[in-house]
Amino acid sequence: MAGLATAFGSGAMTNPIADVLKSEVILVTGSNTTENHPIFANYIKEAVLKKGAKLIVIDPRKIDLVDYASIWLRPKPGTDVAWINGLLHVIIREDLHDAEYIKERTEGFEELKACVEKYNPEYVSEISGIPSSDLINAALTYGKAKPASIMYAMGITQHITGTDNVKSLANLAMLCGNVGVEGGGINPLRGQNNVQGACDLGALPNVFTGYQPVTNDEVRQKFEKTWGVDSLQSTAGLTVTEMFNAAEEGKVKAMYIMGENPMLSDPDVHHIEHCVKSLEFLVVQDIFLTETAEYADVVLPGVPFAEKDGTFTNSERRVQRVRRAIQPRGEAREDHWIICELSKRMGYHMDYGSPSEIMEEIRTVTPSYAGITYERIEKEGISWPCPGEDHPGTAILHLERFARGKGLFSAIDYKKPAELPDKEYPFLLTTGRVLEHYHTGTMTRKGKGLNMLYPELLAEINPEDAVGLGIESGDFVTVTSRRGDIKVKTIISERPDRGVVFVPFHFKESPANILTINAIDPIAKIPEYKVCAVRVERQKDKTGD
Amino acid sequence: MVNLTIDGKEVAVKEGTTILKAARFAGIEIPTLCYHERLNPIGSCRMCIVEIEGLAHPMTACNTPVTEGIIVTTDSPRLQKMRMETLKLLLVKHPLDCPVCDKGGECTLQDLVHEFEIEGAVYQAEREKQEFSYPTPLINYWPDRCIMCLRCATACREIKGLGAIDIDGSGFNAIINAVNPDKCESCGECIQVCPTGALTENLTGYKGRPWMVNRVMTTCTYCGCGCQLEINVFNNRIVGITTKDGIGVNKGSLCVKGRFGYEFIESEERLTKPLIKKDGRFHEASWDEALGLVAEKLKAIKASHGADAIAGLSSARCTNEENYLMQKFMRAVIGTNNIDHCARL
Repeated sequence: MAGLATAFGSGAMTNPIADVLKSEVILVTGSNTTENHPIFANYIKEAVLKKGAKLIVIDPRKIDLVDYASIWLRPKPGTDVAWINGLLHVIIREDLHDAEYIKERTEGFEELKACVEKYNPEYVSEISGIPSSDLINAALTYGKAKPASIMYAMGITQHITGTDNVKSLANLAMLCGNVGVEGGGINPLRGQNNVQGACDLGALPNVFTGYQPVTNDEVRQKFEKTWGVDSLQSTAGLTVTEMFNAAEEGKVKAMYIMGENPMLSDPDVHHIEHCVKSLEFLVVQDIFLTETAEYADVVLPGVPFAEKDGTFTNSERRVQRVRRAIQPRGEAREDHWIICELSKRMGYHMDYGSPSEIMEEIRTVTPSYAGITYERIEKEGISWPCPGEDHPGTAILHLERFARGKGLFSAIDYKKPAELPDKEYPFLLTTGRVLEHYHTGTMTRKGKGLNMLYPELLAEINPEDAVGLGIESGDFVTVTSRRGDIKVKTIISERPDRGVVFVPFHFKESPANILTINAIDPIAKIPEYKVCAVRVERQKDKTGD
Repeated sequence: MVNLTIDGKEVAVKEGTTILKAARFAGIEIPTLCYHERLNPIGSCRMCIVEIEGLAHPMTACNTPVTEGIIVTTDSPRLQKMRMETLKLLLVKHPLDCPVCDKGGECTLQDLVHEFEIEGAVYQAEREKQEFSYPTPLINYWPDRCIMCLRCATACREIKGLGAIDIDGSGFNAIINAVNPDKCESCGECIQVCPTGALTENLTGYKGRPWMVNRVMTTCTYCGCGCQLEINVFNNRIVGITTKDGIGVNKGSLCVKGRFGYEFIESEERLTKPLIKKDGRFHEASWDEALGLVAEKLKAIKASHGADAIAGLSSARCTNEENYLMQKFMRAVIGTNNIDHCARL
């Protein structure tokens, strides 16, 4: 999100998803959309099959969307800035950029132009492995289309250069005048139901709700007044990764974790385990006794979405109602009830009759949510910014001008991933999700249905590598990185490229995040889940034991 | 614009509009069975036949485009009789097992048979038993109930772009079969469009009749699409997930997780009581004990090490309101900006 915020002044999907039906060209990169955002994928397919849009897929894996694509580029993982600069290079060289838009609405173009000068297709091909003719073809297709949209997800952000990757995509969209137009835009698909809302509502160390900085005196004074407290802290706090490191160093003594399972979701699990054990006191609030909750001193039983009222904000910034369908199980309670009760015992009274009263307070301190009431979203959600009750909400961002005024081009050079394959660890590991499961499997691995379809972890290995390793589908291998090893069953598949292993991270028996590297993007602090070096060895007895 | 007359009403519609859409635009209802708003006309059931002046045979309204000056009749004794025959022929195959069918009470075929006052199966035919395989274990296929409307196969092809299922065989022996089973994503688009009980959900044994079930519209808990879905509740238990055509970003679609991933809510492993760890083991506690202990510990750590010695993780799984309260708690009550969540993971 930091990348888009720098370029445009706001880090969210610029266009509604249904807008792809108006796109001439759709560029999807770093998003296995059919598995991770199946309904968005419906729209992309409809755009291609019924509306005649051209689809460009740029992804190291041969994902299902490739079947619908006119062009598929297969870069080596972690080379995104290079191939995006390559596209920019060709588009400028062929004079396909939107000079008027660039002049009117953006700044920093000359620096960008100078920077991408050296990224000619041949040079990019050396870095990324994309044949230069394919790169040129993609550049011409995107460059000539009006409007063209870009979709991306964690395949772009989960790198140490994640912010650079996003800024580079923003360069591409602005270069062709595709931001602030119907059917265009640059759209980060949010991986979790309410990750947009959690960010919007200030569950971030540097901002209050609506991205209002904690460093701003006026903003702080507003919150101090509303919350009835003397002085709020004026410096940014710690991010997830920094919190755990601080715990290990003894600086953070206690943690209160609500609805998260870092013991499976965070990179380098052995390291996280050590950090968590260093805490004096850990409270975990969840619906199951998760791997993280096992380490807690106190566990508080929360409830899932079906047992509570409230709102979620989807990837399109649309605030939608969540409604209680059944009563909480046992003595489990809604998370908002628990926080209020705890707060009272800490000597601060939080009293709300219902979640809608909490929303009323949110509205008073959050300009982008000011016009959003439960009454208005009863039938249909509203996309923020929605500054007043008579405002219809905002489907497309940056229409007349960018949130920051002018769109900012960033001149960015390619940097290598933190850890690349070498003699000792010759394979490249990339992690992700599969259709049937979700994140750490806390929800999807509990029932029988989804597990009938995908009962156990399968590591994807390319057929040529399988020959080299002497394995067949169903054989077990040990995957080892500098941080640990796991035993996994394999499936031989064309999806990963040669030299690449894909391991889903949903399975606690073989946690992929034992292997991943705790190298983070310096700005967004996102870990590099998509690239690290591993060794793959056949299990002699061909079983998991 | 094209001008035409439907049941004596003059109508003007855009070129290329079908007679069915023109009639609906004019507020005239023509019975349909295979027609579905989201799909291209299939034209398999022949319920929507209409008479066009000057043509000897009735035409199907769903896939016949309007032409200038035509005079259309949507209801006549002849059409009624033909539609009735169509329904009777469907009942040759379709058993009247409505009392044991999940769809009983919200079945288009049942409604039409009732509307046309058909009193039972009048025709019989010899049929061969067909071997079949449905491409997902999460859905049951009942070949006898299947009226070969082809909505399912069309939806799989047109909405999902997959084509996992298709018609197999002909006449009374035709069934729906898995033709590309590997393509199936178990999304249940086929169930969503099935007008009868030929496709039923194979997860919950415990189901209420449709009119006894309370359907609560809410937002899905999985990815960021924000699909609108209905939680089906019977006796305070979740007995299924459905959605409505035309609602939300999903417009009637769901994915395998949204439609079938609800079992965790009823899991026996759910935490139902606060737990406090003593000597390395968890013990059940009351809310007062648990919250009292947490408050006491956090106060003590804040007093001895400062507010920044405490950190909180909020959750993309929780509501906006809860995220708001969590950051408010950390900032206003604890006094630190050490608050984050899993956006980066």
